[in-house]
Amino acid sequence: MSETIQGKVVKVAGPVVVAEGMTGARMYDVVRVSKLNLIGEIVELHGDLASIQVYEETVGIGPGEPVVNTGVPLSVELGPGLIESIYDGIQRPLESLYAVEGAFMKRGTDLPGLNREKKWHFKPTVEAGIKVNPGDIIGEVDESSLVMHKIMIPAGVSGTLQKITEGDYTVVQDIATVVAEDGTETQLQMMQKWPVRNARNVQRRLAPNEILRTGQRVIDTFFPISKGGTACVPGPFGTGKTVVQHQLAKWVDAEVVIYVGCGERGNEMTDVLTEFPELKDPRTGEPLMKRSVLIANTSNMPVAAREASVYTGITIAEYFRDMGMSVALMADSTSRWAEAMREISTRLEEMPAEEGYPAYLGARIASFYERAGRVQCQGGPEREGALSIIGAVSPPGGDLSDSVVQATLHVTKVFWSLQGRLAYQRHFPAIDWLTSYSFYKQYLKNCFDDADQGLEMDNLVAEAMALLEKESNLLEIVRLVGAEALSPQDRFALETSRTIREDYLHQNAFHKVDTYTSMLKQYEMLKTILFFHKQALKAIEAGVDINDISKLKVREDIARAKYIPQDEMEKIPQIRETIEKQIKELQAAGV
Amino acid sequence: MLKEYQTVTEIYGPLMLVEKIDGAKYGHIVDIELGDGSKRHGQILQVENDKVLLQVFEGTNGIDVDTSTVRFLAKPLELAVSPDILGRVFTGLGVPKDGGPDIIPDKRLDINGNPINPFARDYPNEFIQTGISTIDGLNPIVRGQKLPIFSGAGLPHDEITAQIARQATVLGKGEEFAVVFAAMGITFEAAQFFIDDLTETGAIERAVMFMNLANDPAIERIATPRFALTAAEYLAFELDKHVLVILNDMTNYCEALREISAARKEVPGRRGYPGYLYTDLAMIYERAGRIKGKKGSITMIPVLTMPEDDKTHPVPDLTGYITEGQIILSRSLHRQSVAPPVDALPSLSRLKDKGIGAGKTREDHADLYNQLYAAYARGKEAQELATIMGEAALSNEDKKYMTFANEFEARYVTQDYYENRSIETTLDLGWELLSMFDNVELKRIDIELIDKYMPRFRKEQKNEEAAKEE
Ligand SMILES: Nc1ncnc2c1ncn2[C@@H]1O[C@H](COP(=O)(O)OP(=O)(O)O)[C@@H](O)[C@H]1O
Ligand SMILES: [Mg+2]
Repeated sequence: MSETIQGKVVKVAGPVVVAEGMTGARMYDVVRVSKLNLIGEIVELHGDLASIQVYEETVGIGPGEPVVNTGVPLSVELGPGLIESIYDGIQRPLESLYAVEGAFMKRGTDLPGLNREKKWHFKPTVEAGIKVNPGDIIGEVDESSLVMHKIMIPAGVSGTLQKITEGDYTVVQDIATVVAEDGTETQLQMMQKWPVRNARNVQRRLAPNEILRTGQRVIDTFFPISKGGTACVPGPFGTGKTVVQHQLAKWVDAEVVIYVGCGERGNEMTDVLTEFPELKDPRTGEPLMKRSVLIANTSNMPVAAREASVYTGITIAEYFRDMGMSVALMADSTSRWAEAMREISTRLEEMPAEEGYPAYLGARIASFYERAGRVQCQGGPEREGALSIIGAVSPPGGDLSDSVVQATLHVTKVFWSLQGRLAYQRHFPAIDWLTSYSFYKQYLKNCFDDADQGLEMDNLVAEAMALLEKESNLLEIVRLVGAEALSPQDRFALETSRTIREDYLHQNAFHKVDTYTSMLKQYEMLKTILFFHKQALKAIEAGVDINDISKLKVREDIARAKYIPQDEMEKIPQIRETIEKQIKELQAAGV
Repeated sequence: MLKEYQTVTEIYGPLMLVEKIDGAKYGHIVDIELGDGSKRHGQILQVENDKVLLQVFEGTNGIDVDTSTVRFLAKPLELAVSPDILGRVFTGLGVPKDGGPDIIPDKRLDINGNPINPFARDYPNEFIQTGISTIDGLNPIVRGQKLPIFSGAGLPHDEITAQIARQATVLGKGEEFAVVFAAMGITFEAAQFFIDDLTETGAIERAVMFMNLANDPAIERIATPRFALTAAEYLAFELDKHVLVILNDMTNYCEALREISAARKEVPGRRGYPGYLYTDLAMIYERAGRIKGKKGSITMIPVLTMPEDDKTHPVPDLTGYITEGQIILSRSLHRQSVAPPVDALPSLSRLKDKGIGAGKTREDHADLYNQLYAAYARGKEAQELATIMGEAALSNEDKKYMTFANEFEARYVTQDYYENRSIETTLDLGWELLSMFDNVELKRIDIELIDKYMPRFRKEQKNEEAAKEE
């Protein structure tokens, strides 16, 4: 063991502290500042001077106070007990902090990320005597009704599994022994640690070719995201970034959800905390909290810990991916993370690039999203895992030329563009159907058990999108010369695109049925809308007055199809029968 | 241990550099005694070795490097609190200014406060009736919410805040709000308007005021909202009161912050405001809320004027990113004499959904505002189209929606500053306005609710009923 390095504070400027006498310290080592034991991380070294970003408020700190290097980089604790937890940006459990400190957060309280007292039942899945390598699954713990937690051999450990015993253990008790070739013994515990700024190892990357279903119509139908994919959700305030993130956290068909509230509102985290234990996963009927981990470093909490929070989140996400699970991570908002970087950078007096952001902004954002992906996990048995990232971006004034938006769009494959104009009309989700995009569209058809249905869905989507594009051109004409100039067919195209917008794309997150729509119901709804369109066009060709079609009673059924519960879905095809009938009647009356 | 130094070496803008200091701590405060014996107050912005950078709250006018003495107080800025702060008026730096006695403190609280642990928060869900339709009906506010008013120079934000302070009640509960008012750089007249209003209603007895007026030192404004919120936290979470905090005007606060930042030669962010403006504002706004196991609450209404009515200006923009919605005033409505000129479309309350509905307001509330919004948005589009192409070019549909929008502005939005509408009145007014549409067009409302509430308002149905009676 080397001597602990102990230096002294020479400068305090907001969240950045400079200490002297730090020779031998390494970049990103964690340090303790002052007798208050504030947690910090070294972000710059000049000779024996170390610049430290401090994860807690620095008021009251001054020159001369001690700084102790712990010699380890900022790491998270990984093991049973993560699920259902809520952590701050550096994995301090907020529930336990609340028990110790009360409602207002104090400083210097040190609590481990994983509970040290709680016992978990560990069940080996392999037998002693086999050879093991990093990533190999050796046992499991029933962590929650939705998560079977796999215990894996940590990085850097290989050899023969000498001993492994079933039983009830805390995360720090020995569960197995590995003997390396040179005879050294390693005791394994269920808990392992990982430095947050390094990506965890994988065997091989795979193409993200399976859709991550979200139950949100505009997303699944038009701009889907894949398991292992990345999405960018920018928009001005109040356009629905957080609601999109919450909706996805609730309804995605992922096995584990990591929600990172990065520099945003306290009440939004409370909202998740109160709702998730109540809401049931539509596939399993279990409370959603049983698959969730929350990271909450709200806007009023220390800015350096905010910078760390996305790394804490993604490392935990990777860990579950390594077990062979599909994991989805929501980060709301990555702009606050970037601003935290900027704030630290300014205090370090670094040379700023655009908008005062450090020159490495783009690189940091890119390497964060690179941690997403569908992979073959390291170790045996062979398994695939996926980690999807959905990042909200909050550009100043909603301006998409913002550095963070641009750097994010550079690396993400899905773009959900939220528009103030739509939000003001209360068209939610306010995702602009003309400018948004997804590179994963081609996988949509695989979502259907019936291959024909998949192909048909592809066609429906193309048809609907063509109508929406046509609408924007037609509206341009209307603005110039008035609606009268349009042919009846074109006028009806406007009607149908309105229906697509108001009755399909519009989806109320707070309506008990509308909040989630299965893939099959999306198909049925869209099919019905377009069926009406085609039938109506035929009738118009045959001389029926467009106004009579517009007044058909069945249009109300189409508009209200979204409120038909999942288990009464057969009512949607029935609407198509009604359509046929009512249009026939119209034609008959006209003759 | 009090330490005094006469080692001031530099003074620039609102800042002072003092050297050869031993033991200074970041964030602590100092007293500055000038050569003529007068006193100022400062706060440590940065310490490096033995050099200390100070911001001077009262400004550096008349301070010199030779005769000034700096006394280090080894503590952060504090507010002395006791239940006696109610009914009192303080300066922007927390010193009594009403001629009354000093507060005999129960305790002294660091004005920076501490962040609320997100786990300790209780979700705000108690509807506050303000009696204003555009708020109660469309953007309901709940106890513990922070909902700013985005205004512009010359728009009637003072009337609206006064009306809210006067009328705000939680249905079914007798409790009254305590009011904490922080004035930052507003005129004497604007402050007095508010005080008079509180005096008239008797609310002044349960109000605490922190006054930094337009002619008071600008840098002092940085501390003013923090004093106000410290008082509010004490009243809410130690004395169990429901507190309404009004911060007026946050734009002036941000300008003071910009002045400090410029003097420090920091890399400026948008329009010269510092890059940490978001974080700084969040430390203020996030102090609103409710806490598990505590009876009181802090509801916050910051008021800000948007320079050039531009809501993408950094102050409203960053505020909107932190607060739980915003009420936006419109100059064009104001010009058309719509009062209060609330611009419904871009206004928003993010916490409404859990504060309304059966048992809170009424079961039809959510569907109703969704429908009103949809119809008004379409009507506004039609209004615009009509200004471009003339009304004649509108389709019959569009004409109908335009009529709706006009009616909506004239009857729903418009109301007297002393008219206190019950939530039922507001909701019924919504139904009445929507009664011009057929059910097919009311897609956002549940059919059962339409059947239950609409018949009273439909003309033809009314006529039918009348005919039956005859
Ligand atoms: N899908 C939706 N359904 C209904 N309301 C929505 C939806 N999306 C957004 N909203 C409304 O918009 C408000 C702002 O959304 P939010 O996600 O908080 O915006 P942002 O995070 O972009 O500032 C919400 O409080 C809610 O009232
Ligand atoms: Mg948000």
